Amino acid sequence: MPASASSSPSRRRALHWVAFTVLLVGAIGTQILIDGAFERYAPKQPVQWVRSPGVMRRLVLGFDSLAADIYWIRAVQYYGGTKLATAENKDYSMLFPLLDITTTLDPRFNIAYRFGAILLSEDYPNGPGRPDEAIQLLEKGIRESPGKWEYYLYAGFVHYWWRQDPRSAADWFLRASKLPGAPNWIGPLAASVLAEGGEHGAARTLWRQLAQSAQQEWMRRTARIRLLQLDAEVVIDQLQPLVNRFYDGAGRFPTGWNELVRAGLVRGIPLDPTGVAYTVDPVSGIVDVAPGSELFPLQRRTLGSGLEP
Amino acid sequence: MRAVLIVARGVFTDSIRDRIPYNLVFFAVLLMGASFLLAQLTAGQDVKIIKDLGLSAATLMGVLIAVFIGIGLVAKEVDRRSIYSLLSKPITRSQFILGKYLGLVLTLVANLSVMAIAYYGVLAYLDWITPASVKLGWEAAALDPALLKAFVLIGVELMLVTALALFFSTFSSTFLSAALTLAIYVIGHFSEDLRTLESFGASSTVSMIGRGLYFMLPNLAPLNVTSALVHAQPVSVQHMLLASGSIGLYVAVLLVASTLVFDRRDFK
Repeated sequence: MPASASSSPSRRRALHWVAFTVLLVGAIGTQILIDGAFERYAPKQPVQWVRSPGVMRRLVLGFDSLAADIYWIRAVQYYGGTKLATAENKDYSMLFPLLDITTTLDPRFNIAYRFGAILLSEDYPNGPGRPDEAIQLLEKGIRESPGKWEYYLYAGFVHYWWRQDPRSAADWFLRASKLPGAPNWIGPLAASVLAEGGEHGAARTLWRQLAQSAQQEWMRRTARIRLLQLDAEVVIDQLQPLVNRFYDGAGRFPTGWNELVRAGLVRGIPLDPTGVAYTVDPVSGIVDVAPGSELFPLQRRTLGSGLEP
Repeated sequence: MRAVLIVARGVFTDSIRDRIPYNLVFFAVLLMGASFLLAQLTAGQDVKIIKDLGLSAATLMGVLIAVFIGIGLVAKEVDRRSIYSLLSKPITRSQFILGKYLGLVLTLVANLSVMAIAYYGVLAYLDWITPASVKLGWEAAALDPALLKAFVLIGVELMLVTALALFFSTFSSTFLSAALTLAIYVIGHFSEDLRTLESFGASSTVSMIGRGLYFMLPNLAPLNVTSALVHAQPVSVQHMLLASGSIGLYVAVLLVASTLVFDRRDFK
């Protein structure tokens, strides 16, 4: 009897451990069963429960700055998730509201204005293709920080690259150049945008500056790709007349570069700056970068229309 | 004064022994975990996010400690009936209230100081691992000493929350005290809206009541300088003094009110 009394506490402890383990395994097992049996509710499209930036500002009880960070992360994740999604119709409709809330919660969120403008401007399917919303976002930033030359520069950039409006772009660049702290290359840029119109020189200058000065690797990489795309466009502009010349002689477009090599029009198969062969469409004769290339799709711009009298 | 300090020391040593180590370990782990995780989730901005997260976490933890220890300062003594032996000693009720308050404020100051050290430790690590080219894009240095101003104003906010918790705990249950303290804390962040209720379509009577409440209740918005400091915007000493002075007066009012209420309680 004394022996059983002395072993009883340790036996009880052991029983407790067994009960703990069995119950924990049971709880985890139940969770797995629930996961298998019930489909978790998830809206088909991401939902923004609070749409009003003003209401959100009140709801966060003074943690505005942290809430802005959370919304910024959400905006970046939303953009990335939509861009990488395999869905046929990509819906970027929440991007601007998310950026709007981010910048209302933290009106000095510099990067949200600048990156946000680029993300909003990107052509569909790589982005929503909404340069108008990009300008709206940058104008909001300018209202908050009128001395921030970067916002004027990005607004000019959006007009130049995505809206293909060199006149407005030059105007924004000029305004940026007059602000304190603006780098001295912006003034000449405004002039060259106006003078060159549809040429690549001004675009190259802009992307080169971004590739060198942007602090974020994502932005630098985008700028480097854009520069390579501009190089590819120059080569395509040289290849296209050769394909047309082949058509004049053969009465049809070539089925591949080998025919142009045999005809002596090109010396070898032309490769884009990433080392992937350009494509030539046998039906339309259009020369382009290959879909497998890092440079695909090219965002070819026909600048200069805004300069017409 | 000696009696006040003895009570304060009792609260301080009790709190230090019981709670601070866990809180600080949690704070440091939270910050360090966040610094690595967030860098993966966002396009740049990790320094801003870590600064924001650190200051917000310090505020939140401080408020929770101030509320949940503050509401028990008096109630615990009453529940344990130790209040009878305490008040039988040569100590007045106002000294008791003031001592309890000072003890918790000291605890919070110690807490905030160590959190500030952990905060700067994480920022120093971030500064160390970040390439110089990336740092050029930062609005302010990672180890910007101006961020200490935010810790000072968080401390002022916690002083008010402690005074509120203590005041409510002198006449109501712990649950109700916590609810009322948190309610005033929430209203303190809305109080700018109370002043401008007419812009939301409120009638003139409601607007007048709103304006009255605005002046009666402490306005916590001026204490929130996180965003300004993270963006390297200046926060003047004048602003800090004015905001702290205003809150200091509310704290004094609450302590006097706590003493008045506590004086009327019968412990015989």
